[in-house]
Amino acid sequence: MLSRVADSLYWMSRYFERADNTARAIEATHGLMLSRGEVAHDQRWYRALTNFGLPSDARDQDPQVAIGRLAADQENRSSIVSCITSARDNASQVRDEISSEMWEQLNRIYHEIASSEVDPQDAAAVMRLVSQVREGSYCFYGATETTMSHAEGWRFVQLGKFTERACAISLLLDAYFPATGKMDDLDWVTLLASGAAFESYCRAFTADLQPNRIATFLLVHPQFPYSVRYAVDRMQASLGAIIENSSAPKRVRIERIIGRLQASLAFTPMSELMAGDLHAFLNGVLEQCGALHRAVHEAYIDYPVEVAFER
Amino acid sequence: MDVATLDPFAGYAPVADGYDEMLDDRAQPRKAYRRLHRELLKLAPEEMSRSKQKADLFFFNQGITFTVYGRSEGAERIFPHDLLPRIISAADWETIERGLTQRVVALNLFLKDLYHEQRIIRDRVVPGDVIYTCRHYRRQMVDVKVPRDAYVNVMGTDLVRLPDGQFVVLEDNLRVPSGVSYMLSSRKVMKQIFPALFRRYGVRPIEQYSQALLSTLGSLAPGGTTDPTTVLLTPGVYNSAYYEHAFLARQMGIELVEGRDLVIHDNVVYMRTTKGLQRIDVIYRRVDDDFLDPLAFRGDSALGSPGLFSAYRAGNVTLANALGTGVADDKAIYAFVPHIIRYYLDQDPILQNVETLLMSDATARAHVIGRLGEFVVKAVGESGGYGMLIGPHSSREQREAMRERILADPRNYIAQPVLNLSTAPCFIDGAIQPRHVDLRPYVLFGEKTTIVPGGLTRVALRKGSLVVNSSQGGGSKDTWVLQA
Repeated sequence: MLSRVADSLYWMSRYFERADNTARAIEATHGLMLSRGEVAHDQRWYRALTNFGLPSDARDQDPQVAIGRLAADQENRSSIVSCITSARDNASQVRDEISSEMWEQLNRIYHEIASSEVDPQDAAAVMRLVSQVREGSYCFYGATETTMSHAEGWRFVQLGKFTERACAISLLLDAYFPATGKMDDLDWVTLLASGAAFESYCRAFTADLQPNRIATFLLVHPQFPYSVRYAVDRMQASLGAIIENSSAPKRVRIERIIGRLQASLAFTPMSELMAGDLHAFLNGVLEQCGALHRAVHEAYIDYPVEVAFER
Repeated sequence: MDVATLDPFAGYAPVADGYDEMLDDRAQPRKAYRRLHRELLKLAPEEMSRSKQKADLFFFNQGITFTVYGRSEGAERIFPHDLLPRIISAADWETIERGLTQRVVALNLFLKDLYHEQRIIRDRVVPGDVIYTCRHYRRQMVDVKVPRDAYVNVMGTDLVRLPDGQFVVLEDNLRVPSGVSYMLSSRKVMKQIFPALFRRYGVRPIEQYSQALLSTLGSLAPGGTTDPTTVLLTPGVYNSAYYEHAFLARQMGIELVEGRDLVIHDNVVYMRTTKGLQRIDVIYRRVDDDFLDPLAFRGDSALGSPGLFSAYRAGNVTLANALGTGVADDKAIYAFVPHIIRYYLDQDPILQNVETLLMSDATARAHVIGRLGEFVVKAVGESGGYGMLIGPHSSREQREAMRERILADPRNYIAQPVLNLSTAPCFIDGAIQPRHVDLRPYVLFGEKTTIVPGGLTRVALRKGSLVVNSSQGGGSKDTWVLQA
């Protein structure tokens, strides 16, 4: 497969997943910010800002407007609208490598949300946009799973999606932990909902919301699709298929990083993590995801010509 | 109900003094069209409209589009398609096939001579100054050897039919002719819409085009290469013919590459893949000469790959078509093609040219410039109907502007008489009406010459219009060549 094509597939998928994750977090946060509870409004808002990676000067903004911008602002590179646009731009470069169904779904979401300019102040319109993206993502992921051959290109699609997801959930957990200050059940519901985890969590642990269990669930649950460990396992499966045919020096580096990351999620006792430095651990996950991204890029996408001739 | 009011041909009135593909002088259907004529008489108009919608939907869903330049945003449009097939008899096709074969052989000999010995210039058959002033003449190609001496590997020649029923050559397209995807797609649609008629007619197949193209390209691989790697080089998604590039690459099962995918190392061309660099032997390039290699040609081109021309010169990769073929489809050189055929093959041309006056010739210029309203004037290096004046349909201002352009740069223009192109029945606005058509067959030239029986029939959809280019309101129809 052409390196350029693999790169476009990877980024199409990453941007799409980013839009989807942001949409889910906005939906959850929006509900939280409307509720009045014992917990200070400001504290919740700062946490949301951290999770969304917004600069601290956004603190002075009205939360609803800031959230609206995060959804609909075409100037903001990380807004949902921008991410969907970038996903579609990448897909249009490789129109022939993805299935028509995938293209149709992506195109439909794009036209629904990018063509109508949503006013960030209009909370109802913003929430409509968010739910369009969420529903569209089920269709797009369904089409990807069922209509695209699970060959090399699909592996890059999977790699992009799960790399983005592992990072997003790590950032989400980092915003909520360590659980200092006042937090009530509403906060924990928001965290679970941001990770699409509320129902699954309740099924596993009942509606008894315990911070340690929530962290465990989102970080290391082996079967839950939005846990960091699950995402990393999927990354490993995709990378395994991608590196199958590559030369030894290339694969050793990638295998080492992913193997170590996978092992740390599978074998570090949760009690140790919760008692110790969870922040450092999550940072480590993000760093290793970054290192993997670079290693894959150097090995398969933009490798130096001289290296290609050494064998 | 009165049968006459149901006759779909009731209003069918071919242009006076023109050749109608369906009706002869006595308004009777010609032999090749008889069956279609009879079937159409039986069809209810609503049924025709339904079929038309079905065909349009197919084109829409397939995303068969082209881009119109010269407007602000390069709007993407669905390619207009006419429902009724254009039918060509076995005998007519036999002449076309022989004529095009003769022409492609002669033009290849001409190009080889031009870039090597230049006998034709020394023998004063074609003047050197006409050649050296061609915009598409490539000095860089002098003494470069190309595989099998095959320069033009894909030729799209535009034919028109004159009132006497004779097919003549309107122009040759020897650089990167396009449109073949429309030919293949419209055949697919017609088979779905008129299966019974199609079967009874005995239409010769064209679906083997992609295989023929692939094997033609393979036959041009640099010497000694077995099992060559062939790719299609596209300028990218913003090119007007990108749909076709992707279509052909898919049909042939080859990679669709862009300039940025290519790596040239030690005069060998590779593509950057996830499995490492993969060597390329043959490039079916749909990028113009100018943009192929910023080191050899236009330095501001971001589409090409630095070093590609040097690898080509070294004989390590084949470009199809070869570089510099555009000199032979310059509209001033076109006027010399009958001489070129006689010179190299010692044969009379089987397909005639349209009478062409070079504006660089003072006598001809004086004759034309006073009567611009009676001529078609074309810029020599342009294609796609851009930069053209149709005398009888022009305004005084347009003629005045053209006169000034000719006087400023006579070498850049030629004049031809206004041709009365043949008309064929088209289904437009719920009725069958005659419209002007041309025909572009695709000729493949490598180890052997292959012409799939058919081509792209282009239609001037506006009533009375003579311009068939898609950029100027033209459409296409399926072309049925009948079995003998």
